[in-house]
Amino acid sequence: MGQTPQKWPGIELSNDDLLNKKVTQTRYHPRAKFSWSAGEAMSRFLNELKEGRLIGRECKHCNKILFPPRMFCEQCFKPTSKWVYIKDTGTIQTYSISYLDKDAKRITNPIYVGVVSIDGASEKMGIMHYFGEVTKDTIHIGMKVKAKWKPPLERTGSILDIEYFRPLKEGEQ
Amino acid sequence: MRKVAVIGAGMTLFRRRLMETPKELCFEATRMALDSAGIELKDVDAVISGSAPDGFDGVHMKGEYYSDGCGAYGKPYMRVFVGGGTGVFSAISGWYHIASGLADIALVVNEEKMSSCQPHPQSVFAHIWDPILDRPLKPNLIWIFAMEMNRYMTVHKIKKEDIALVAVKNKRNAVDHPCAQLADPNITVDDVLNSEVLAWPVQRLDISPPSDGAAALVMASEDAVKRLHVETPVWMKGVGWCIDSTMWTDRDLYFPEYVARAAKMAYKMAKIDNPRKQIDFAEPYDPFDYKELHHMEGLLLAKKGEAPIMTREGVTQRDGDLPTCPSGGLLGVGNPIAATMGVKIGELYWQLSGQAGKRQIPHEIKTGVTNAWGDLMQYGAVAVMGV
Ligand SMILES: [Zn+2]
Repeated sequence: MGQTPQKWPGIELSNDDLLNKKVTQTRYHPRAKFSWSAGEAMSRFLNELKEGRLIGRECKHCNKILFPPRMFCEQCFKPTSKWVYIKDTGTIQTYSISYLDKDAKRITNPIYVGVVSIDGASEKMGIMHYFGEVTKDTIHIGMKVKAKWKPPLERTGSILDIEYFRPLKEGEQ
Repeated sequence: MRKVAVIGAGMTLFRRRLMETPKELCFEATRMALDSAGIELKDVDAVISGSAPDGFDGVHMKGEYYSDGCGAYGKPYMRVFVGGGTGVFSAISGWYHIASGLADIALVVNEEKMSSCQPHPQSVFAHIWDPILDRPLKPNLIWIFAMEMNRYMTVHKIKKEDIALVAVKNKRNAVDHPCAQLADPNITVDDVLNSEVLAWPVQRLDISPPSDGAAALVMASEDAVKRLHVETPVWMKGVGWCIDSTMWTDRDLYFPEYVARAAKMAYKMAKIDNPRKQIDFAEPYDPFDYKELHHMEGLLLAKKGEAPIMTREGVTQRDGDLPTCPSGGLLGVGNPIAATMGVKIGELYWQLSGQAGKRQIPHEIKTGVTNAWGDLMQYGAVAVMGV
């Protein structure tokens, strides 16, 4: 016959135990490098970024402009049909104001980051990117924004060819 | 499909750092589960394990690396990994090993050791992002939660105070859990609201901690339950799982549609058509306080935007009408990703078999639901269990 557990195993260590080698341990530092071929859809997307343009793919079966672009539609599972230029303006769907960098280190100048849906793509289709020329009091969900592009000679065919999205000015397209 | 029951469970302490190796942690949890079921390893037909990214341990093939600690030696064995969904999905895998007739008794063992990764497991989480679209922006994993939380709060006009109530409830519930890492009997909403802002709207006390730990289950067919004269089997009544689009910036993050699909699959199998009435308690996945609310809605236990109201009204307290995370959850007990099976499937087992001790829900319970969630906010695994 079985029984309800009464003892709960585990021996706790402190950060000091590990960091200052107070417990028996081994260490290892991997050095791995990768290069990714960007593939069919993303190669065109990245090359268009270099020209200061955003591009999507049309799925004629679903009657949608897919963005970011892809060569097949995951919903109808057919090949997408053609390239379509879309605008470099959009709407903030959500955002965060981050006081953490990628390694969870604290930073004092926060990063404004979020999802922007792009005008000309199907509803709510967008990308993650930074926001600039905003404060924690002005940024809001629903805010209209426009890409701030790097100067042409500084672009490398990367999502970072857009520095950030900034508030759309009145009368601006 | 054959009926399948959980007949034993075990788990280690959850702590930020544990001395034991992955396989030593697995052994401890597995030995407890076997003892609690009153069986030996020779009685086990198959072994299933779950663990999250290999990068935490720094050992690829970690499922093989620690397999002897799971009791896998010389037996059919596999590791499953569906991100944070693993904590419930590995039990679903155990379920289909037995429901299919392939095994009569199966062990399910989940392990996570996040402390090996220096200086912080966040450095490994950075590698889950799309290398072309996301990674050049140097994202921190907390960003996706912050973005989802903000969208959820904004769409439903939810106040941070109401979300903080979840952290308070779970960290207080965890006081009664013998394995808890972050239990706090005195925590208040103000403590949560005044804690360090990490990535607005996420603050430090909105988050569960990284942890080391292991958890294990013994699952058995109806025949084995009879043969072993198990007095308190807890049956797997329904299971479901679903993945959403990998294009996460194309989805509205305010509602987890994939969780709802997984829940509907599980409820259909469990013959549940009105979850709010037929489910007595829940262990939704709560790595962040808003996720408990988000998942209650995804599990169809609350209408969209209503989970915070139920929480404010006390419905989700341990003695409420729908006790939610009576274990203390990930927020209070800890978040060793796959090993959170111990506070999800494990808690349903201990509660429904009347073995939850000080955590025992004070009124009669017959049916519970749990879920786990992961990948890029897109994976849902749901299990309904009952007596
Ligand atoms: Zn389509």
